[in-house]
Amino acid sequence: MRIELRESPFDPYAEVSRFQSELLAPHTGQYGATSLFVGTMRDFNEGDTVEKLWLEHYPGMTERELARILDEAAERWPFLEALVIHRFGAIEPGENIVLIAIWSAHRSASMEATRHIIEALKHRAPFWKRETLAQGYRWVEKNTAG
Amino acid sequence: MSIRVRYFASLREKMGRTEEDVSSEDISTVTDLWKAVNEGRPMPDHLLCAVNMEYVDANSTVNDGDEVAFFPPVTGG
Repeated sequence: MRIELRESPFDPYAEVSRFQSELLAPHTGQYGATSLFVGTMRDFNEGDTVEKLWLEHYPGMTERELARILDEAAERWPFLEALVIHRFGAIEPGENIVLIAIWSAHRSASMEATRHIIEALKHRAPFWKRETLAQGYRWVEKNTAG
Repeated sequence: MSIRVRYFASLREKMGRTEEDVSSEDISTVTDLWKAVNEGRPMPDHLLCAVNMEYVDANSTVNDGDEVAFFPPVTGG
């Protein structure tokens, strides 16, 4: 299980590929399903054009809360490995904000765990988005419905 | 009793500070602490709080040396 917070852009597909070849090598033959969720910055929200995003977080608690979320998911769904990467700081439209990758023997565990983890992350992980608009900025007050 | 208090995001801007140390013998819960740093005003319902980086409710007790954080609903992902 790996949780990383990054200040600079990342390529989620290269990360998944690297993680799989390096850390999942001992599990070759054991996993039959890989599920991914990649969250990417939009250039619109609430009907406005968004130019930039600033993502604040609570260092220390963020990592702990993400670990708690993964531990809870692991108790409900039998997955072999998990990789979570989340950005913080300044983000531009088109850049990836979050990656969740789950490896399991069968598809239902990886797909359901992935869905659970992103929803729990959105409600519990201490991150806050601040959007820069054409005029000024605003804090995002709540999550979109999904 | 001394407690480190931290604020995040829009609440940090509203409070005008990121953190402070509060020393008082009259604080036993998170709500007491909120009132102590907000001139007695009640804690808004939507605010979240954590003690030592774990979510708690406003009635939870605080102890000497704790780090208590107040913040608005989270919006990551």
